[in-house]
Amino acid sequence: MSAVTITYIFKTIFGYGFMVRAMIVGVLISVCAALLGVSLVLRRCSMIGDGLSHVGFGALAVAAAMGAAELWVALPVVIVVAFLIIRLNDNSRMSSDSAIALISSAALALGVMIVSLTGSNTNLGDFLFGSVFALSDADSVLSIVLSATVLILFVLFYNKIFAVTFDGGFARATGTKEGFYNTFVALLTAVTVVVGMRLVGALLVTSLIIFPPLTAMRVCKKFRSVVVLSGILSALSFIIGMMISVGVPSAPVGASVVLVNAGFFVVFFAAGKVSGRLRKHK
Amino acid sequence: MALIECKNITLAYEKNIVLESLSFEVDQGDYLCIIGENGSGKTTLMKAILGLKAPLKGEIIFGEGLKRNEIGYLPQQTGIQKDFPASVYEVVLSGCLNRSRFLPFYTSAQKQQAMDNMAKLNITSLKNECYRELSGGQQQRVLIARALCATGKLLLLDEPVTGLDPDASAELYELIDHLNKAHGITIIMITHDTASALPRCSHILHLHKEMNYFGRMEDYGKCSVCAAENDPELRKVLHGGKEHVHHECCDDHIHF
Repeated sequence: MSAVTITYIFKTIFGYGFMVRAMIVGVLISVCAALLGVSLVLRRCSMIGDGLSHVGFGALAVAAAMGAAELWVALPVVIVVAFLIIRLNDNSRMSSDSAIALISSAALALGVMIVSLTGSNTNLGDFLFGSVFALSDADSVLSIVLSATVLILFVLFYNKIFAVTFDGGFARATGTKEGFYNTFVALLTAVTVVVGMRLVGALLVTSLIIFPPLTAMRVCKKFRSVVVLSGILSALSFIIGMMISVGVPSAPVGASVVLVNAGFFVVFFAAGKVSGRLRKHK
Repeated sequence: MALIECKNITLAYEKNIVLESLSFEVDQGDYLCIIGENGSGKTTLMKAILGLKAPLKGEIIFGEGLKRNEIGYLPQQTGIQKDFPASVYEVVLSGCLNRSRFLPFYTSAQKQQAMDNMAKLNITSLKNECYRELSGGQQQRVLIARALCATGKLLLLDEPVTGLDPDASAELYELIDHLNKAHGITIIMITHDTASALPRCSHILHLHKEMNYFGRMEDYGKCSVCAAENDPELRKVLHGGKEHVHHECCDDHIHF
């Protein structure tokens, strides 16, 4: 890549207000998703993110058809569904993964149906694959406030989240409200998914939750370093993905970010294998 | 006053009764083994003591200033933990959580307590090791250290030696003995490993369909009623294989 291209990329990203906004929102949301993802992936319920994003897609489609503010409709709907999924998890005979699959495919179908029938001027592709540059001022402010809140809450409740993630039974027995914190994490996830969906799309937002933690776990041995590294990797992936989409004509942002994430995963996977081998030989 | 007193408790899942009108007491410093077949209600009883399951009837009373969230608990390992990236220190420290309800971070006193408990269990050198890379015996020590952070009085252990090799099991029993004798920590342990566990404990609670037993270890197996219900293996452990069992039914223990 020539120096000219790089200068062009930087000028484009930092030269326009909407670009800077997209970058800030994107980095914040990527970090949120990665932090929550650590807990979700370890508790084997990362598919909650997938389910919620499809529900969010349905809600966005309905909102667009009604001409309502999309975020304000999607947010409460997805939060309610997050509650429901957690409840189903707690006391039902249906296993949670099939419950999530049911809800998510129904919501996706509903969304597609509404978008097709109303022929609403919103592009289906925007919802599915994101439209990072279409964030309005109000949306960006709301997104920044929401993601900053998620980050602060995560840090404040970090120890409790660790305890319920590592051993829910022990946490409950010693008086930590496991159910409350599980719901809490699901709610934060709901908020993150709705905001993130606008950026990278309903189909790709789950990867922001799953990739960074899994990548970090290849090499880290402490919970705290997994959390920190996955936050950093996620932010980096977003920044690099954004640069690629600016530098390569017609490369979509969402897909670029996810591919960078996937690239990191492959590199760290290999690094983990190599260092594991070396330790065995010692 | 007893540390824990179970008064006539009945435990049930929906309408299926698992345990009926069970009464027993545990005093400070006791070492109680709970034995019984699968499905006899051992784990359910432990959940009731921990407050994770409300009894259908009866009550569980805590004495000596013991609070419900001050019970150290060693659960059976879950699948999630086997592949969990966390350092030994992080896991042990998380046991302190019950004392800092409203503080978001641990105090230095709590960090010191975690270090002390790691020293007690001889795992200080493992402080920065990854939990998932430890041996089964080491993992159990880490979890016991965590439980000690939550309590100074009472440890509940749910089949602590499952999956350990004989050497590691023996070490773990030594350690539990030591915590009980040297540190005065009350132990309640569910176990299937009667041969190793029973000679060490002070009291036995044997859950058995219609015939439960609670009493001192020495008296267990002496009377015909228990003997009839007990397997010969157990008698061998307790009475050196004597076939005949003393026939006077004692006052010191209860059948119910």
